[in-house]
Amino acid sequence: MDTSQFRPLDVERIRADFPIFATTPPLAFLDNAASTQTPRPVVEAMDAYYDTYRSNIHRGIYRISEEATAQYETAREKVAQLVNAPRARQIIFTRNTTESINLVAYSWGSANIQAGDEIVLTVMEHHSNLVPWQLLAQRTGAVLRFMEITDEGLLDFTQLQDHLTERTKLVAIGHVSNVLGTINPIQSVITAAHAVGAKVVVDAAQSVPHFQVDVQQLDCDFLAFSGHKMCGPTGIGVLYGKLELLEEMPPFLGGGSMIRSVEREVSSYAELPAKFEAGTPSIAEAIGLGHAVDYITDANLAALQVHEQELLKYAHKRLKEIEGLTLYGPSSPHQKAGVISFNMEGVHPHDVAGVLDTHGIAIRAGHHCAQPLMKRLDVIATARASFYLYNTIEEVDRLYEGLCRTQKLMTRSQRRSVG
Amino acid sequence: MNVYQEELLDHYENPSNYGTLPNPNISHEEDNPLCGDRIRIDLIVEDDVITEVRFSGHGCTISQAAASMLTEEIEGKSLTEVKKLSRDDILDMIGIPLGPVRLKCALLALKVLKAGAYGIKGWPGEEE
Repeated sequence: MDTSQFRPLDVERIRADFPIFATTPPLAFLDNAASTQTPRPVVEAMDAYYDTYRSNIHRGIYRISEEATAQYETAREKVAQLVNAPRARQIIFTRNTTESINLVAYSWGSANIQAGDEIVLTVMEHHSNLVPWQLLAQRTGAVLRFMEITDEGLLDFTQLQDHLTERTKLVAIGHVSNVLGTINPIQSVITAAHAVGAKVVVDAAQSVPHFQVDVQQLDCDFLAFSGHKMCGPTGIGVLYGKLELLEEMPPFLGGGSMIRSVEREVSSYAELPAKFEAGTPSIAEAIGLGHAVDYITDANLAALQVHEQELLKYAHKRLKEIEGLTLYGPSSPHQKAGVISFNMEGVHPHDVAGVLDTHGIAIRAGHHCAQPLMKRLDVIATARASFYLYNTIEEVDRLYEGLCRTQKLMTRSQRRSVG
Repeated sequence: MNVYQEELLDHYENPSNYGTLPNPNISHEEDNPLCGDRIRIDLIVEDDVITEVRFSGHGCTISQAAASMLTEEIEGKSLTEVKKLSRDDILDMIGIPLGPVRLKCALLALKVLKAGAYGIKGWPGEEE
């Protein structure tokens, strides 16, 4: 990649925006695939709403409600620009990726999926892009089919052609695996799926925060992501959909805001995006997300991606130096985002994370809401470090040293196997 | 003080009563699907007294050390005494504060004991 087009990240300046790092020793936060930290500008934008124009949106006939509405809709425009959605009304605010995917499964799924139809998934999906489809299949009699992965953790693309038939109505696929970091070739998947007339839902929870995602270039039908994994607050997520699909879909949740007129027995529904935003939404959180979009685009997504690649490459190199450490996922950092999953021989991943915590290093340990993938990898759980724009090479060194100490502490004598 | 202090690590590395019994009166096994910890407890009970106990399984330090400590505690005691053991007794044995995730690890052995010895299915454990 040509790096002369942009300034590299000024990580020191970025870290100054995050009060959580102003401790001694500083917190090494390496659990960004779960949730990221929130910079001051995002918190301040939400404070400004609460302190100066707190009110409900869309209905108030007074100044601060108009201001709140304008800020909420500005956030929608910023999100639309981030993913290059043609129109802001194709951006539906939800609580999180999970709710976005459930919205598609209930609304689009109920209207379009019948018994015998097939839904193609991959074995590396997060439960949020699996369980909604299991529920839909149980309701309708549809069949789930799974694309496997290679031993290196890459999507077994040869299976795609076998799985895609005229019975395939939907492909639901994660853009980036939250466990392996694998970047899936979704452009090719989308093209192949469309060739058999299937729609494609992309779980972009691990991609939109980390690199440029263009929904028009991808030509995906739906794309879902969460605010809290991209410097935004919790409680705000996004669903992008193609206009004609969103317009045809029946409502998901019924209530205030999503109606045009209501009679005793029936109602007519509001236009997009209100049709899918029943009830008072997460107003402060949407505004916060808008500012989070500003924050990561000001930092520059391309520079962010280069920074994460450097951290990932360095982490791969250091962690491979530790004997008895197994890394999962693609061996080449170029095929993955800033996620590194591993296990230490003879030590339960909970203990790895537990000992690292005593050194001020936060990593994840468990099944990462991807139990079918754990089964495929033949592990009970893994430890996982994941990076974001504020992480540093020094933190990777601390991770390395912490792991060496963990190994020393936990394997003092050759004890019985921990399975 | 943290989770990885000597006493716990000693129990983890050199657990008491680790293994299985050939002819137990009672044998029960459960797992915690969230982290994959698995514990089986075998008991020989004579006249209401636990004369022999073994545990086996795998998992993190907390789950295995807690199982080791629990077996030390119950060996030679009557089932009536053992029945009174609670969540807090286990936490007292471990002697350090635990977060909610690790609490489940700590209580797995007691859950297995209760379910095996008394048929208490679905013991609420950490909510008790």
